[in-house]
Amino acid sequence: MSLPFKKPSILPGFWPAFSYTILYLSLIVLIPLSAVFLKSVTSTWSHLWRVVTSPEVVASYRLSFGASLVAGMISVVVGFLVAWVLVRYQFPGKALADALVDLPFALPTAVAGIALTSLYTENGWLGRYLAPLGIKVAFTPLGVVVALTFIGLPFVVRAVQPVLADADAELEEAAASLGANRWQVFRLVIFPIVRPALLTGFALAFARALGEYGSVIFIAGNMPMKTEITPLLIVTKLEQYDYAGATAIAAVMLTASFLLLLAINALERRTRKFMTMG
Amino acid sequence: MATVALELPRKRTSAIPRSIRRDPPLVRWGLTLLALLALGVFIVLPLVAVFVQAFAKGLPVYLAAIREPDTLSAIRLSLLAAGVSVPLNLVFGVAAAWTIAKFQFKGKSLLVTLIDIPFAVSPVVSGLIFVLIFGAQGWFGSWLIDHDIRIVFAVPGIILATTFVTFPFVARELIPLMQSQGSDEEEAALTLGATGWQMFFKITLPNIKWGLLYGVVLCTARALGEFGAVSVVSGHIRGQTNTLPLHVEILYNEYNYSGAFAVASLLSVIAVITLTLKKFLEWKTKEGASK
Repeated sequence: MSLPFKKPSILPGFWPAFSYTILYLSLIVLIPLSAVFLKSVTSTWSHLWRVVTSPEVVASYRLSFGASLVAGMISVVVGFLVAWVLVRYQFPGKALADALVDLPFALPTAVAGIALTSLYTENGWLGRYLAPLGIKVAFTPLGVVVALTFIGLPFVVRAVQPVLADADAELEEAAASLGANRWQVFRLVIFPIVRPALLTGFALAFARALGEYGSVIFIAGNMPMKTEITPLLIVTKLEQYDYAGATAIAAVMLTASFLLLLAINALERRTRKFMTMG
Repeated sequence: MATVALELPRKRTSAIPRSIRRDPPLVRWGLTLLALLALGVFIVLPLVAVFVQAFAKGLPVYLAAIREPDTLSAIRLSLLAAGVSVPLNLVFGVAAAWTIAKFQFKGKSLLVTLIDIPFAVSPVVSGLIFVLIFGAQGWFGSWLIDHDIRIVFAVPGIILATTFVTFPFVARELIPLMQSQGSDEEEAALTLGATGWQMFFKITLPNIKWGLLYGVVLCTARALGEFGAVSVVSGHIRGQTNTLPLHVEILYNEYNYSGAFAVASLLSVIAVITLTLKKFLEWKTKEGASK
């Protein structure tokens, strides 16, 4: 016997709401997105392959993946610190600090981009102190990392915060009363509890960083082969009316984002399981 | 006797830990300062920089940049894009959350994943897809040209791209909220003779109002601030297809820094208002949940 599609319920409105959901989802998201893949199969495989493996594009993958990876890792370290302080300690201005964590979500990326650039150029507030040390941030890959860290930080803080707040105090107490010192409690009890959340936060920050455009293009300087991120190359190809090229790169990026989306969903399920287990 | 035996060890463990869970003051203050320093450098400083640069040449220059006709038309277009896309995604969000949170059906988790897609897609790709469909070389390109309808490099494209990137906000907020509320109240209303719409407006909507508003606030902020997707579908025509963030870019690329930062400061004020509303609504939903 096959199961019915929907479990019976006395609540009304399933079919209208379900149909509308599917219709709107298809019109706004699914059909437009399929255009990328359908368009890319209209040109030949060899041409597609040439585009997505050309030196300029490969250099952009290296920068986009590398900078996103580094920014994700910095976000994990700093984000964990911020989450820890916000959950565990009391200090004046805590509510304000907590609210400010979300600023990168709320601030338009173009605004973040020009603001960060102005800070890190050689006569900017931060750049002027870094320049004598020989550290150049604006218009270098390091600038890309700075912008992506700005974007990624809130993802980690917001992923870790609830897990840390829910972590069972009794586990720590038990470990301590069994003779573990503070560092051992942290390493063997607290860290394993927040590890899945840290990983989720990292994956979210990384996924967002890969596709990020607005906050990066100003500070990156966009020098060919050096500081061009992959999304920028899509825009460049479009401006040259090279639709096939733009589509090919977009297909590569979309594939990467879908794989990440699946990984994130799996991670979030695992985190939830962990939380309900505890 | 048995209860005493069970309670004794519990009491002992909860007497020790107060001091064990608390880090030494030096660690506490050191980590707090480090975290605040990180927040200050990474997050607060860029925000402060926007306002300082915006007023660097004085108030008259600032006001002139804001009152410029191109800026005003950018404000109008941004408000239009948000004004169309937010209500569309609001209706969708309620319908999707009602379907997903209140019913059990096959393929539900797939549907939830599909709704999240726009968050996973690069803004640039989000814009590109509409160029591929409605652009001159796109699926409907020649038909649109024959009928003299412009979608990309015009206002409809900007609205479409904005709708795409803000698509999941309301649904994402409502699904977990409605799931946690269950459907006991709705079922009670129905058994007492309420019609479907009465149940929705008297029970469901009041229950979700703060969560709904939360989703709308985030959706609006993103709609006003979207850059990448809109940049691809806009023709960058000053005074016509420029939204506020695009106008910031144009001014900046023309080395008109005070103008660019003046317009950016408007967007930053919106961001700060968004954060304040967000905090307020989080507090409201928490209050509602604990009641």
